[in-house]
Amino acid sequence: TQAKAEPSRETLWMIAVRDHRDKAAFSALFDHFAPRLKGFVMRNGTSAAQAEEIVQDVMLTLWRKAHMFDPHRAQVSAWVYQIVRNRQIDVARKENRPMPEALKEEPEAEPDASQIVSIEQETGQLRDALQRLRPEQREVIEKAYLGELTHQEISTQTGLPLGTIKSRIRLGLQRLRHELKDLSE
Amino acid sequence: MTSISHHIPEPMLAAYAAGTLPHAFSVVVATHISMCSECRAVVEAHEAVGGIVLDDMLRADVSSSMKSNVLAMLDDPFQDTPVYQRRGPYPGPVMEALKGQEPRWKKLGMGVRQDILSEDKHGSVRLLYIPPGQAVPDHGHNGLELTLVLQGSFSDETGQFGVGDVEVADETLEHTPIAGMEDVCICLAATDARLRFNAFVPRLLQPIFRI
Ligand SMILES: [Zn+2]
Ligand SMILES: [Zn+2]
Repeated sequence: TQAKAEPSRETLWMIAVRDHRDKAAFSALFDHFAPRLKGFVMRNGTSAAQAEEIVQDVMLTLWRKAHMFDPHRAQVSAWVYQIVRNRQIDVARKENRPMPEALKEEPEAEPDASQIVSIEQETGQLRDALQRLRPEQREVIEKAYLGELTHQEISTQTGLPLGTIKSRIRLGLQRLRHELKDLSE
Repeated sequence: MTSISHHIPEPMLAAYAAGTLPHAFSVVVATHISMCSECRAVVEAHEAVGGIVLDDMLRADVSSSMKSNVLAMLDDPFQDTPVYQRRGPYPGPVMEALKGQEPRWKKLGMGVRQDILSEDKHGSVRLLYIPPGQAVPDHGHNGLELTLVLQGSFSDETGQFGVGDVEVADETLEHTPIAGMEDVCICLAATDARLRFNAFVPRLLQPIFRI
């Protein structure tokens, strides 16, 4: 991947939705994510009709919880992934998945473009690493994140090189140190 | 921040991110992450991988009516899911499991109390209340047990556990945790019930003690 000076389109659309309730940006996000989400949900045998219901809920959550999106720690796809897995679990268990306390940007915090871009570069490198895997290895990864492996099964598979992305996300969390301090009091 | 030295093992954090960790353990993981930015970063890294899998997923056409439905609903009023705030030693996910109420303690003997937050066939999660200096009766484990300290501390054969620390115990550990003298020790403990019935805890007593 080449170094980009600008955040990705998806990130810019998501920031426009979050900060300006921009419906055109939402529409672009819908066109990007809805077909992928439907494919994702149908992978475990969910019917097309039920998959569309889940996709609809996920896209509405993206709109309604946009204030929770923090581009300094996550790409839009990572955030949408978390929302769709929550929704699938809630549908299966009829009960909410336990979620950690949310950390929020300070309202006056300026977006830090270099931090956002470096998260995207790390994610790009991770994607390249995934694409270099043999098809059967790649399938194990897909199965794990589609929610088809237990934690014992995950522990026996070879680990992904997550070191650098973890430290980037940790940097993003450090920006929130004031909130973290509040939490520990 | 208090310094946390005992964390959640990474495969569990990965399974939590992937949504495959049993509910009882997920309550402990969500609570620990509320106190530990190190493990939060690990979970978010795994979510990034999930995001890549999602982004590279084979696309399925969506009906055009669905998009117009969603766009038409954007301005609708909606009921937000309640957000539970930390209260005293109990972080948000514990308050959620308590449904916003104070714990309803049940006596277990020797001043030790518990409140079972939830249990199903995959496991149970409970709060434990241990008076300062009190030992929890020596016990083994039939499955996996995660114990997260919310207040005070305890120590056992394997080390010392303060606020935010998690002890991971399995069949190989036989231990006698003792609460620190400084305060009442309050822990959040989850166990995996699946293996329990193979072991020597008499089946007849289990429904009575629910342990
Ligand atoms: Zn941790
Ligand atoms: Zn134990």
